[in-house]
Amino acid sequence: MKLIKAILKPFKLEEVREALTAIGVRGMTVTEVKGFGAQSGHTEIYRGAEYTVNFVPKVMLEIVVTSDVVDQVVETIQNTARTDKIGDGKIFVLDVEQIVRVRTGETNEDAI
Amino acid sequence: MKLRNLMMAATGSALAATTAFAQDAAETMDTMDKGDVSFMIFSTVMVLFMILPGLALFYGGLVRSKNMLSVLTQTTMITALVMVIWVIYGYSFAFGGSSSAWWGGTDKLFLAGITADTMIGTFTEGVVIPEFVFIAFQMTFAAITPALIIGAFAERIKFSAVMIFTLLWVTFAYFPIAHMVWDGAGYIYNLGALDFAGGTVVHINAGVAALVGAIVLGKRKGFGKDMMAPHSMTLTLVGAAILWVGWFGFNAGSNLEANGGAGLAMINTFTATAGAILGWTIVEGTLRGKVSLLGAASGMIAGLVAVTPAAGSIGPVGAIVLGAGASIVCFFFVTVIKNKFGYDDSLDVFGIHGVGGIIGAVGTGIFTAPSLGGVGYSEGVTMMGQTMIQAQAVGITIVWTAVVSFVLFKAIDMTIGLRVSEEDEARGLDLATHGEAAYHS
Repeated sequence: MKLIKAILKPFKLEEVREALTAIGVRGMTVTEVKGFGAQSGHTEIYRGAEYTVNFVPKVMLEIVVTSDVVDQVVETIQNTARTDKIGDGKIFVLDVEQIVRVRTGETNEDAI
Repeated sequence: MKLRNLMMAATGSALAATTAFAQDAAETMDTMDKGDVSFMIFSTVMVLFMILPGLALFYGGLVRSKNMLSVLTQTTMITALVMVIWVIYGYSFAFGGSSSAWWGGTDKLFLAGITADTMIGTFTEGVVIPEFVFIAFQMTFAAITPALIIGAFAERIKFSAVMIFTLLWVTFAYFPIAHMVWDGAGYIYNLGALDFAGGTVVHINAGVAALVGAIVLGKRKGFGKDMMAPHSMTLTLVGAAILWVGWFGFNAGSNLEANGGAGLAMINTFTATAGAILGWTIVEGTLRGKVSLLGAASGMIAGLVAVTPAAGSIGPVGAIVLGAGASIVCFFFVTVIKNKFGYDDSLDVFGIHGVGGIIGAVGTGIFTAPSLGGVGYSEGVTMMGQTMIQAQAVGITIVWTAVVSFVLFKAIDMTIGLRVSEEDEARGLDLATHGEAAYHS
């Protein structure tokens, strides 16, 4: 079982969600985050006071899937979210030790 | 057209006469017109609207969200405190009717001797309004002036210090200057200075006090490095809009009656402000490449401040020039000059109210000229002469307030302290001082 964390440009979220649903992914969690990699922030000026905002708004998508579909999910996310411009984001794949469905108590693969 | 004489001297000293001879006066000369009274009641409420929620939101939106509530609270509390003080001794100290050039005396402490039927004169002979209405109108002016000052030391001042400073400052700075400028016996009034709605009494007064406060208190922690952008430009614009709308009560109401003079003050309050918004934004757009909402809102306020002393005596086209001129100077002051001096006037109280007020007050001397569309000067006064008188009025106000404010800030600092602790400043005044949050996410 794997946790896929994808940091994406906010306007790509809907497209990615649709694409993932189409390949059978049934749940995901989204967090609004800020960050930067190669992308630079922006400057705001208020009455002569200049502020450099380094962090750029992004969304972080978290999906837990069975190990056999990881490659397909990662590929789908990357193809859908890509704009060929700096700041497109990154995808991380982590191991999951245990999963429990709160409603029924089902565990691991049965809880995905 | 000659400038009408203020009736203050007549009303002050003759008030006893008015009440004593009320019967005769009502029969022979003085008329109370219901149109004037409703206009003045409306204007008074408009000025309250300027403070709450106008100024509260204008300033509130400009601070960080962790300090929003402190701005709202300070504005509210200052309003309440000054209104009570006004009724107890403020009105008397400002307009009590004494012949002193410096203060109004004690005759009207607790509004003694005034009833619902007591009338007071306006600028037109024979036209009167209830004195309670005048008292209430002036009360809102007394309340808004210290509320303006809080912008200078926002985000770092102790709440108790604000309250004590307000109490002492209105007593020793606002009431005397209001008396000197607006009362018939007042020193500055008798120099022949023109200040229709309070360019000196309210704006220069508050602006200079703010500058002194900003310097004495020192900069906010992280000034120049931390992100201190306005947390809500939306609320700031709401506040600025309320200020503009309410300002019609401030300016037109200063005419004390609903006639052509009020109409003139009203139209000037439109055109000067519009000119000022365009002035600021055109300069900003040209120099920076972008027009900002904060710029437009700041230009708006600068124009309103500048037209305040002039509203009753300049012409509407001259007002455009005065507004635009003041706002452009304010623009350069807050974006360039202020940074050179390096002090932290958090919300630019001096930059806009102080500088705008100075230009407006001096500019009143110029734009009152008939050749520029104004109502003209008193007999024998020239444009140069009036402008020099205006400059004198400005100078006296600046010096008086600077000294009083400095003494008060220092005294409070040495006793209870002006600033909150570094920890509290970092946490935010809302939680630290008031135990409340303006927002919960």
